[in-house]
Amino acid sequence: MRIAGKGLIDRARPVTFRFDGRSYDGFEGDTVASALLANDQKLMGRSFKYHRPRGVLTAGSEEPNALITVGRGAQADPNLRATVQEIYDGLEVRSQNAWPSLDFDVMAVNDLAAPFLGAGFYYKTFMWPAKFWEAVYEPIIRRAAGLGALSGKHDPDRYERAYAFCDLLVIGAGPTGLMAALTAARAGADVILADEDARMGGRLNAETGVIGDQPGHAWAMGIVAELSAMPNVRLMTRTTVTGAYDGGMYGALERVNHHAARREGVPLETFWRIHARRSILAAGALERPVAFQNNDRPGVMTAGAVRAYLNRWGVSPGKHVTVFGNNDDAHRTARDLAAAGVHVAALIDSRADVLVEGAEFPFYTGAQVCNAAGRKELEAITIRTASGEQAIQTDCLAMSGGWNPTVHLTCHMNGRPRWDAAIQAFVPVPDAVPGMIAAGACNGVFSTHACLKAGVDAAGEALSALGKKAGSVDVPRAEDGAYAMEPLWAVAGKGRAWLDFQNDVSVKDVKQAAVENFRSVEHMKRYTTQGMATDQGKNSNVAALAVLADATGRGIPETGTTTFRPPYVPVAIAAMGAGAQGKGFAPQRFTTSHRASVAMGAPMIEAGLWYRPSYFPKAGETNWRQSCDREVGYVRKAVGVCDVSTLGKIDIQGPDAAKLLDFVYTNMFSTLPVGRVRYGLMLREDGHVMDDGTTARLGETHYVMTTTTAAAGQVMRHLDFVSQCLHPEWQVAFTSVTEQWAQFAVAGPKSRELLNGLLGAEIDGESWPFMACGPVEVSGVQGRLFRISFSGEHAYEVAVPARFGASLFDLLVKRAEALGGGAYGMEALNVLRIEKGFITHSEIHGRTTAFDIGMGRMVSAKKDCIGKTMAARPGLVEEAREQLVGLKPVGAVRQISAGAHLFDAGAEAVRENDQGYVTSVGFSPDLGHMVGLGFVRRGMAREGEVIRMVDHLRGLEADVEICHPVFLDREGERVRG
Amino acid sequence: MRIDCPLCGSRDMREFYYQGAAVALARPAPDAGEAAWDDYVHLRDNPAGQTRELWHHEAGCSAWLVVTRDTVSHEISKVALAADVKEAGA
Repeated sequence: MRIAGKGLIDRARPVTFRFDGRSYDGFEGDTVASALLANDQKLMGRSFKYHRPRGVLTAGSEEPNALITVGRGAQADPNLRATVQEIYDGLEVRSQNAWPSLDFDVMAVNDLAAPFLGAGFYYKTFMWPAKFWEAVYEPIIRRAAGLGALSGKHDPDRYERAYAFCDLLVIGAGPTGLMAALTAARAGADVILADEDARMGGRLNAETGVIGDQPGHAWAMGIVAELSAMPNVRLMTRTTVTGAYDGGMYGALERVNHHAARREGVPLETFWRIHARRSILAAGALERPVAFQNNDRPGVMTAGAVRAYLNRWGVSPGKHVTVFGNNDDAHRTARDLAAAGVHVAALIDSRADVLVEGAEFPFYTGAQVCNAAGRKELEAITIRTASGEQAIQTDCLAMSGGWNPTVHLTCHMNGRPRWDAAIQAFVPVPDAVPGMIAAGACNGVFSTHACLKAGVDAAGEALSALGKKAGSVDVPRAEDGAYAMEPLWAVAGKGRAWLDFQNDVSVKDVKQAAVENFRSVEHMKRYTTQGMATDQGKNSNVAALAVLADATGRGIPETGTTTFRPPYVPVAIAAMGAGAQGKGFAPQRFTTSHRASVAMGAPMIEAGLWYRPSYFPKAGETNWRQSCDREVGYVRKAVGVCDVSTLGKIDIQGPDAAKLLDFVYTNMFSTLPVGRVRYGLMLREDGHVMDDGTTARLGETHYVMTTTTAAAGQVMRHLDFVSQCLHPEWQVAFTSVTEQWAQFAVAGPKSRELLNGLLGAEIDGESWPFMACGPVEVSGVQGRLFRISFSGEHAYEVAVPARFGASLFDLLVKRAEALGGGAYGMEALNVLRIEKGFITHSEIHGRTTAFDIGMGRMVSAKKDCIGKTMAARPGLVEEAREQLVGLKPVGAVRQISAGAHLFDAGAEAVRENDQGYVTSVGFSPDLGHMVGLGFVRRGMAREGEVIRMVDHLRGLEADVEICHPVFLDREGERVRG
Repeated sequence: MRIDCPLCGSRDMREFYYQGAAVALARPAPDAGEAAWDDYVHLRDNPAGQTRELWHHEAGCSAWLVVTRDTVSHEISKVALAADVKEAGA
């Protein structure tokens, strides 16, 4: 029920939203929880396991019960907390884990079966038969138990990630955080103040206390106003700092647009990575419930939450409220309610020797609440006093078992909190996170005045670490009472007393874990599921381990805590992975011929990050093989043009350039004449092949290396390694020029004819023999020409600065077409190289040696090179190794498939009999059958042998003959022609 | 985690490529023998504490760095250019 004149909501702005299909009214500033309570809707959810009716327990992000799904269809967001979700016009909210309705949930039958469903039930029951687990038990359990469901559809919402830097990150904007931020900001530090609430002020917004001469919330507004006017301060509301990481990194989730209807261009959430030189944790404290029978009835909530609903939102969660606690703080709830005119049915304090002066309500000391009545709504409680038990009619019970400092972030880097017996709670140890100071309530300091002072002191400490001087800041007057409490975790008695509301874990379950010898707190957690799911035990951890400590006869400090890990609140994967969906997953690299290739209808395929044309279809062709065969024909019979710009190009210069190349390649490059190109093989230091490619010597001290498309980055890193880590004394510099040059293969018997129409000076066999290179003029543009071939044909590669790439490609293709040729794509390129036995990373896949690919003799005996020593190990050169061979089908099945394994004829196709595998295949139009490359044990000596190829994956089997890997023109006459 | 690149300043770890122990700087002579080469290529200490590692500022200045890091606390105590370390004979 709404209380007139109370609260920080804007009563001039009514808001209408829907909950489970019904329309509700609230005001701007309300959360779903406060608005539902204002409408006397206490039932907000069903529990995880027993489907018990549940209401709201808290008023913050730690809420275990009131989990909701917001929105519909693909935009539905499950497991949001009704206590955090702000209302707006048109908001649509659904309760979770209830069917057919929240009010009548058939799975509530689980609650009747509770005696059989206690801790460990699943482990003990669903053991047999083993295969039933996945097929039968798990799906049933998953349906019955649970939280909200994902839509299963692609998430259309926009999420962002962002980065921020500051001198000081202040986490939490309550009295401590505000004073810390103010002190640091006035001293000139760059400050970020982050708070998960929409409104800064923390508990000040939920209390009636006075700071200086103003209400606490008004004082907070004044500080926020001062901070927001300062250029060195960034205020981040609705932003939860979720984790503390190495080197001053913090993760933070900003709920950018959960509080309003979707807006174009505004992300739903932003995940921040904040680097802070120092941080102050001012995260406050969380109130603990008390375990007693049926303490989960809707209407039972924490005392601090009841105050928050009353003072911040102007809502009383009940008409006849009772208050039960073990500490002075709970008394405030009774006083605030009474002052607001709400009927307080009783204040029950478990301590015997406490006084309440001038109480306007019945007051019981040394008493405990031992049961609650009412199913979907609290109707009465039973209290136990020295004189016996009695019932009190009440529709809301505000309970307090004391407060737990919010130490979570101090534990994210392995810090373990310390037990403080005076407040019966864990407090942070200093420097648990380097650079972070815990201050205020999260450090076990509970009076408002002490928190204000702690904020100033913490800022002073941080400022001096930052080399800045704090000015003098007055700490205003505020409440400075002592926090007196006596421990009370669970009220003795029958029935189920709930510890963990979110996972339906009762005192009995924890005791059962101890009986079954799950005595370690980590074991108890996993056995009972206490402390899991969205609240991660924020409400239940300390009480659960107190019960465990009691059951095992140990103290709480010896029992210890479970480990708090990031994130502090649930973070959607979509937020952390923001920007990495769809095209954001990886950059796309396009060649200068990309647009022309797409215009020609070529399907583009990925090669690393690059996109390359697969083939260029022509009218009348019905499948890719027809196009591929035609394009192979261009190169073998006329002339083909192919963009090869994606190959890595590294420009290497300096007096020691030749030394570097001799050292990274197995063969010699210092002996390469200027104006010539040489094929080179590169090893890893462990003796296996890293990459291959051609390197051209353009001048005495100037080379251009090409790498394969996929390994360009790796080779660059390797050259950096060799030149910096192994031979920094060499005078050599290099840089990637892959994107600076557009390079095209012009291949086929008519290649020279084509080029001679374009070049400034005509070339012939004498001026440009095989493996010649040098500068040329291409249609008036300064370019480079290399006579190299990846097809075995008379071929060139012509390079021009990238800005001329698109026009040169068009020109080359037009001229090729006039000569009976045209553009060719990756499919044809692959067939052309397989026919010639040229390798790619299908063959040099990381496990093959120079010996394996028949290039053992390319490892020069005259010099050292990377990988040379290790490549000589006996195991890497033994004859029994798998060696590169050609393969062709000779049986009834004319297929070869890449990835298939090879077996001796007649041998069973099992791993023990494996003789090798197929790496590359293609159809050779010239030979009229498929050709393949692969590796076979002792392959070079087995030419002519017919073996068995089995592709277990595709269900294919064929007889193939081992042959020489070069299928066409073994003497290499064409390439020199 | 952030690394103080001597050339670029404090940068996010995602700009760097992690290689492994800095023993890679001490490449044995070709005739150093099997044991030395096995040690160089394959064997690595796994200390709980200080370790020297090679990182490449791949998305930055391309410098290889020797990073002295504590594997327990993750604290980085020293960052130096690998070329300087190598030339100093370490």
